[in-house]
Amino acid sequence: MRIPLSALLGLVLTGGFLFIAVFAQFIAPYPIDSTVGGVWDSPSATHWLGTDTIGRDILSRLIYGAQITIFVALASSILSFSLGSFLGFLAAVRGGLVDQVLSRIVDLVMAVPSLIVALVMLSVLPLNLTVLILVIGVLDSTRVFRLSRAVAVDISVMDYIEAARLRGEKQSWIIFREILPNALSPLVAEFGLRFIFAVLFISTLSFLGLGIQPPLTDWGGMVGENKGGLVYGKSAALVPAAAIALLAISVNLVADWILSRTSSLKGGRGG
Amino acid sequence: MADALLSFKNLKIEATAYPPGERPRHVVLVDGVTVSVQKGKVLGLIGESGAGKSTIGLSAMAFGRGGVRLTGGEIVLNGRDIRTADAGALRSLRGRDVTYVAQSAAASFNPAKKLMEQVIETSVSHGVMTKAEAEARAVSLFRQLSLPNPETIGERYPHQVSGGQLQRVMTAMALCPKPDLVIFDEPTTALDVTTQIDVLAAIKRAIHETGVAALYITHDLAVVAQVADDILVLRHGKMVEYSSTDQIINAPREPYTQALVSVRSIDHAEKAPAPPVLSVQNVTARYKGTSFDVLKNVNVDVAPGQTLAIVGESGSGKSTLARAITGLLPPSAGRIQFAGRTLSADLSGRSKDDLRELQMIYQMADVAMNPRQTVGTIIGRPLEFYFGLTGEAKRLRIQELLDQIEMGAGFADRYPAELSGGQKQRVCIARALAAKPKLIICDEVTSALDPLVADGILKLLLDLQAHENVAYLFITHDLATVRAIADKIAVMFKGQVVRYGQKTDVLSPPFDDYTDLLLSSVPEMELGWLEKVIQTRKMESAGN
Repeated sequence: MRIPLSALLGLVLTGGFLFIAVFAQFIAPYPIDSTVGGVWDSPSATHWLGTDTIGRDILSRLIYGAQITIFVALASSILSFSLGSFLGFLAAVRGGLVDQVLSRIVDLVMAVPSLIVALVMLSVLPLNLTVLILVIGVLDSTRVFRLSRAVAVDISVMDYIEAARLRGEKQSWIIFREILPNALSPLVAEFGLRFIFAVLFISTLSFLGLGIQPPLTDWGGMVGENKGGLVYGKSAALVPAAAIALLAISVNLVADWILSRTSSLKGGRGG
Repeated sequence: MADALLSFKNLKIEATAYPPGERPRHVVLVDGVTVSVQKGKVLGLIGESGAGKSTIGLSAMAFGRGGVRLTGGEIVLNGRDIRTADAGALRSLRGRDVTYVAQSAAASFNPAKKLMEQVIETSVSHGVMTKAEAEARAVSLFRQLSLPNPETIGERYPHQVSGGQLQRVMTAMALCPKPDLVIFDEPTTALDVTTQIDVLAAIKRAIHETGVAALYITHDLAVVAQVADDILVLRHGKMVEYSSTDQIINAPREPYTQALVSVRSIDHAEKAPAPPVLSVQNVTARYKGTSFDVLKNVNVDVAPGQTLAIVGESGSGKSTLARAITGLLPPSAGRIQFAGRTLSADLSGRSKDDLRELQMIYQMADVAMNPRQTVGTIIGRPLEFYFGLTGEAKRLRIQELLDQIEMGAGFADRYPAELSGGQKQRVCIARALAAKPKLIICDEVTSALDPLVADGILKLLLDLQAHENVAYLFITHDLATVRAIADKIAVMFKGQVVRYGQKTDVLSPPFDDYTDLLLSSVPEMELGWLEKVIQTRKMESAGN
């Protein structure tokens, strides 16, 4: 199996981001929250990426921010996938009323822009990581529901599903043993994309001040803190923005590659 | 041969295959084919799937499907080698000198354009004739092909005519620019058996009246025997036998050709009537949300260890009957007795034993098996599910079942994609057998298979019946299969059983009109059969 260059690049970069996120404590040269320089110092030998609005080391905050951003995005993506794909499969297998009710609820949630729903929910609920993950996960699960329902409907008309039904198999067997293995490839590719949306969503919320709360930080929050510097020609806000873009591109490259493998896979029946 | 219109000399066709997860591989599709067609003659190309029939057919206009390359030999058309011709020369050749009739007319027509527009398109665009001339010729071709209302049928859209009619319209399209050669690629394969011979007769007449030469591609030797002057038998891209039709049918030389000619000659003596294991009583059924019955008061019995064949065209309700029996479509009236019990109408109300003793095998083995499960898992699941077998006991039983379907234990670790069509169907049989059923419903289990492979499956089913005393409800549209396997026959037409009884009774005269039509529609390996049948039958096919 040959891996195309773009996918290789994506894999290396994504792997790098994950490594940084996991070992942030050991990599970061300064603590997350101590003032170690002047306001908006330019990059130098002691502060590779300069300092921020109150003199904290940007590189260190970027590294700790990676940990928070990736952890929250990953946790909410896992939540949205578990919830969304289970309900999606259930709707496809049961059909009828179950399908109708679930699909209409999802339509309802999707009809309102997620950002507005999230802002409203986060202004009412206590602001902590768990709530943030739950809100993003639940909102995102509607998208996963749509996809997994569509994939599972395609699969559930196959004769092997009918054969399993005639054998008397339980619903859970049909969902987890017959449908899931065949739906896995498109779902894995979708996972990459949803993960990116989760990153962007958290960044947006933090930028608006309703996401990650100080003293913790994430990349969106860092852009928010330093945006004032742009007026004075200080580039501090651009660094975390570039990190968000780079992460999005590298995960996308990997997701693209998985998707292209899925559609060329004979008997994969998921493309 | 000097007066040959088209001749292939030592033709070689290659392609690059891209198996998933592996390096691209070089494959030779056709090798060393030397054959020629004279003006006004028909050459039949026959072979199983993958034999290279269609590839050779398309190469007659120097065309290869995606990735296919014509790499060697000569393709001489009208004295010119077209294999190496440039694009401009080929453009003026395709659609004018050589035309093509595809298998699925429904998929080949543009649904948004009227038939006439499409029929005359190439004739006009190649400048062979004016629009008015082309339309006049199209109408006369419609008449020649015995289409109804030849003057006005061109004003219709593709969806407004039947499948058999559409196939003839496509033939008219191919004949319209007065080509030298027409390639017929399985033109009747997708049609119902009763419609097939009408289309076949129309094509044959049109070929003779227009004096065009033709390549006729099919997997059915009995069909090609009716239209071809010469036949080329192909296997794995190589020539097996090339001779006159008479020679091939009556005195085949090669063992492979002999096998093709004698296919479906299984001799099966019918068993004496016995008390039924399955009894379908006054069953009427309709699909949800529709207002007409697809099954009307159906009564049939199946005796233990015997085979009931359900015969009919598509839409006659054969498969719906299977759905009613399995509980997927609960009947609106009537009841189903099985092994002395009355079966619950709905699947969810049936006991595990009811489910176990009533198994099903499907037409498309590809989609009847989960592509992500190994053969061992597929066969092992019923063992685990019904009998609680695990570990070594399960492994031994799987091996036993694989032996029964004449496949080795090594197959247990393979995935369905790694099996041939016949092997897939065998695994499905093993899965059904694993449940130790009293009755297996076989829904068109041989119709997607090549004749020789289908023959093997039928023999296997008969052997298993003898050993396991399992009954079959065998759904098929193919009467040759019925003769080979049935003890009893039920002929279905528009949701009703129109003829029912022991095999010999059903297959002996006097016939009702529909059974006569059905019986007379099965092509036989006999020259001149087509003309004889068209003259003598009592009823026209519904698709006509």
